[in-house]
Amino acid sequence: MKSRVLTDQALAFSFTRRALMLGAAQLGAGGLLVGRMAWLSIAQNAKYDRLAESNRVQSQLIPPRRGWIVDRNGRPIAVNRTSFRVDLIPDRLQDPDRAIDELRQLLALSHDDVARIKEALDKAPGYQPVPVIENLDYERYAAVSVRQPDLPGVAPSSGFARSYPAGAAVGHLVGYVGPATAEQFQATRDPLLITPGFKVGKEGLEKSMEPWLRGKAGAKRTEVTAHGRLVAELTTRPEQMGHTLHLTIDAGLQEYAARRLGPNSGAVSVIDVATGGLLAFVSMPAYDPNTFSDGISPTEWAMLSGNDHLPLTNKVIQGLYPPGSTVKPMVALALLQWGVAADEIVHCSGVYRVGNAQFHCWRHSGHGPIDMRRAIQQSCDVYFYTMGRRIGIDKIAPMARDLGLGAKFDLPYAMQRYGTVPDSAWKLRRYKHPWTAADTVNAAIGQGYMLVNPLQLSVLAARIASGRALDPRLVLNRRYGPQGPSLNIPPSHLELVHLGMRDVVNTGGVGSGSASRLPLAGIEMAGKTGSAQVRRISMADRRAGRTASEALPWKYRDHGHFIGFAPVEEPRYAIAVTLEHGNHGGAAGQVARDVMTYLFAPDRAMATLATMESGWGGDIAQRMAADVARWQAGHLQTAADQAPAERSTGEPD
Amino acid sequence: MSNSLVPVALRRIPWGILFLVAALTGFGLAVLYSAAGGHLMPWALPQGVRFLGFLVGAIVLSRLNERQLKSLAIPAYVALVVLLVGVEALGVVGGGSRRWLDLKIIRLQPSELMKPAIVVALAAFYDHLPAAEVRRFNAIWPAALMIGLPFLLVLVQPDLGTALMIAFGGVTAMFLAGVPVRLFVGAAAAAAALTPIALARMHDYQRSRIEIFLNPESDPLGTGYHIIQSKIAIGSGGVFGKGFLNGTQSHLDYLPEGHTDFAFATMAEEWGLAGGIGIILAYAVVVGWGMRVALGAPTRFGRIAAAGLATTIFFYATINMLMVMGLAPVVGIPLPLISWGGSAMMTVLICLGLLMAIDRHRKPARL
Repeated sequence: MKSRVLTDQALAFSFTRRALMLGAAQLGAGGLLVGRMAWLSIAQNAKYDRLAESNRVQSQLIPPRRGWIVDRNGRPIAVNRTSFRVDLIPDRLQDPDRAIDELRQLLALSHDDVARIKEALDKAPGYQPVPVIENLDYERYAAVSVRQPDLPGVAPSSGFARSYPAGAAVGHLVGYVGPATAEQFQATRDPLLITPGFKVGKEGLEKSMEPWLRGKAGAKRTEVTAHGRLVAELTTRPEQMGHTLHLTIDAGLQEYAARRLGPNSGAVSVIDVATGGLLAFVSMPAYDPNTFSDGISPTEWAMLSGNDHLPLTNKVIQGLYPPGSTVKPMVALALLQWGVAADEIVHCSGVYRVGNAQFHCWRHSGHGPIDMRRAIQQSCDVYFYTMGRRIGIDKIAPMARDLGLGAKFDLPYAMQRYGTVPDSAWKLRRYKHPWTAADTVNAAIGQGYMLVNPLQLSVLAARIASGRALDPRLVLNRRYGPQGPSLNIPPSHLELVHLGMRDVVNTGGVGSGSASRLPLAGIEMAGKTGSAQVRRISMADRRAGRTASEALPWKYRDHGHFIGFAPVEEPRYAIAVTLEHGNHGGAAGQVARDVMTYLFAPDRAMATLATMESGWGGDIAQRMAADVARWQAGHLQTAADQAPAERSTGEPD
Repeated sequence: MSNSLVPVALRRIPWGILFLVAALTGFGLAVLYSAAGGHLMPWALPQGVRFLGFLVGAIVLSRLNERQLKSLAIPAYVALVVLLVGVEALGVVGGGSRRWLDLKIIRLQPSELMKPAIVVALAAFYDHLPAAEVRRFNAIWPAALMIGLPFLLVLVQPDLGTALMIAFGGVTAMFLAGVPVRLFVGAAAAAAALTPIALARMHDYQRSRIEIFLNPESDPLGTGYHIIQSKIAIGSGGVFGKGFLNGTQSHLDYLPEGHTDFAFATMAEEWGLAGGIGIILAYAVVVGWGMRVALGAPTRFGRIAAAGLATTIFFYATINMLMVMGLAPVVGIPLPLISWGGSAMMTVLICLGLLMAIDRHRKPARL
């Protein structure tokens, strides 16, 4: 009993000690709680305040409208039209399957659309919207908007889409827009780039003038619940539209030239001789930038990239061709500069001999005795062989460069090719061989190593017309007046060449470009045709009688050029036309004639065009639509063969 | 005392503590009112009515004397174990686990009642145990069995939070009964040693839960979301909070379970650190009163039971707050008197009623 009592006391004492220990531990835990809470709410208050705010406030960027692109008279080339779209916000979707199913019915989405949306949803990082459909008509947009409160995560919105009224006619001029790439977003982390409906310039002016055109995004701040339900609109900062880009282009002329090229593959470049401003900058065929901004379909892409007329190449600045006889006025200026008298006679027998080699004149029977003016008029090769060889390439090449050949012009396009103006030093550097007399003879008629682009040809025409070193430009700036320092070519030299070029067009059947005569009273155009051999005519061809370019398959036919300016006496407009595989410069000259006519008498030119287009199967849009239909018909069988294999992975309907 | 006009029975009731508990509950009702977007329904009003009911129950409970308590302790424990087995057999499945017996009138959750019952039953066991046996194995294995049985039964429901609470309450009672300290140290060391092995044998999802607890940002949209949003609510409240009815985290549904397990975070967002310290202090006073009741209790049963019950209240409040502050894994323990729901409130008021009953037998303070 005694020990029992003692132990009881000991136990009671032990209890008190342990209870106090427990109480102390409880107090410690209380202290820990207070300390932890103070740490969260005082030391880290700012951080958590910000997090709570970013939970509560949903900032939505409003993509800015792109600045317009207008022509010299303010006529729109690229504008914005209202477009409606629907997106899914993965974070806020409560029942993705139900939402997609509802949208499928409301919007008549195809099986492929649904598959694409589901795949994008799986990969989307939550905050990034997944596009469901773009360019919706208003009725369907309204149908989705009405159902929106029942479909959290479905975001119908209206925005702006780029629109090009002239379609393919301005394709290569302005380029196109499209969604920013993942790389672009990674580089800048600009949330605007992943905002649905926002497009950046992808090509051409849209790309190079992007900073000027883009504008500033606006923002809409809304209070939303964790489930995405809108509670209140907080503030809205309006977007700022991008700047308007004024071009030197004449929109009417641009469209006319594009249409006038018809089914040809070619380029037209028209320059305002007073300012150097480009009035037309046309490469055809072209893509329709309207379809590109909606995202091009694989079909369209395959069709465009498989086309031998290269609709994806801007031939004005990317096409390189031997200039052919269009260089003859330039060579004539070099001859005059280096002391060749204009009235010196050369006897053209139709053939010219350099060592063992024979160089033919285009007229095999020969021109007989011929002076400089008539040599230009009749494009006599032997005259230029003879005289060119007399002064040599190293005296011709500087004149070619002065007149713009081989030059790099400062135009807002990333991809440009500048060609070659060869001379003896160039050949030695490039081929490790010395320049030969045969090389000079070739160069004197624009063959051999010489390569130019159509833009340079139009500059050549403008500089011959004005005698000034005009630089072509595309962006209109009111501060720029007439420009270009003088080339210091004596007026008498220019006059002689102008007369020769006038004779090309305006002397009935005698001039080599007589079909280019303007159908206008009192206005004469001066010009020069050129044919650039794509494939040398072999002795076998001659024996077989295949000396005419027309007899060859399309891709071996000669390129046809025409350069010109009008009016002859006081030039205002200079033009260059290139028709790929157009046989010779005659057809190009007729295009130039009609384009130039448009500048002076648009109605008359339009009448000509109407007849032609009815023969070609409609205007550009109609012909392109027909091409697509033909292409699809041709590929239908292939597609049908591939379809079963692709379908096997799809889900049953 | 005897010349007072107030009956002895009423004077014996610790009015200060009851007032404090009522105030804490009132504050909790304000939080529920706010969590419902400024409405008494669906939470604040039923919760208030329920509190009044449980309060009356607690006062009734406080009328029991110690002898009655002691004699009821073991039978109540056995009955609850039987009910727990019954839950396994015919319980209602709710939220993926089996916790309730549907008795038509109320849904009885035996695991909840087990929290005070295990403490009282162990107190009764140690009261019966001769003092000399306390340091022997006989003091350990029956207690371990008494704890282990309900622990395992609740664990398989599965309800880890409640199972742990039962284990903590039981172990605390053993500690207070005087079981050698080295046993607890040894058990803790063994648990620590076994942790790597346990981790290695765990399922991937179990490991990932631990990882998420240690770094909630690793799973911001899954389990970690609760902890992150709760910390945002508490941290953005600052010292004095955003003001009553002005919490955005709870009102805009960013804080999940803002009216149940994470009610403290809802409170902290609107009332700030000041409100949080108020709640912590209120619990500290209640628990401290319970510990003083224990220290003043004349019998071994009363001492162990009172301290164990006070500690049960302490565990409840502390584990919940550690959890919402990101210091303990999310195990699903509500904050009694504040969180919506009757179970935790009932448990705490049972603890209070029993403490009041023991308090009536408090011997005159000798310290």
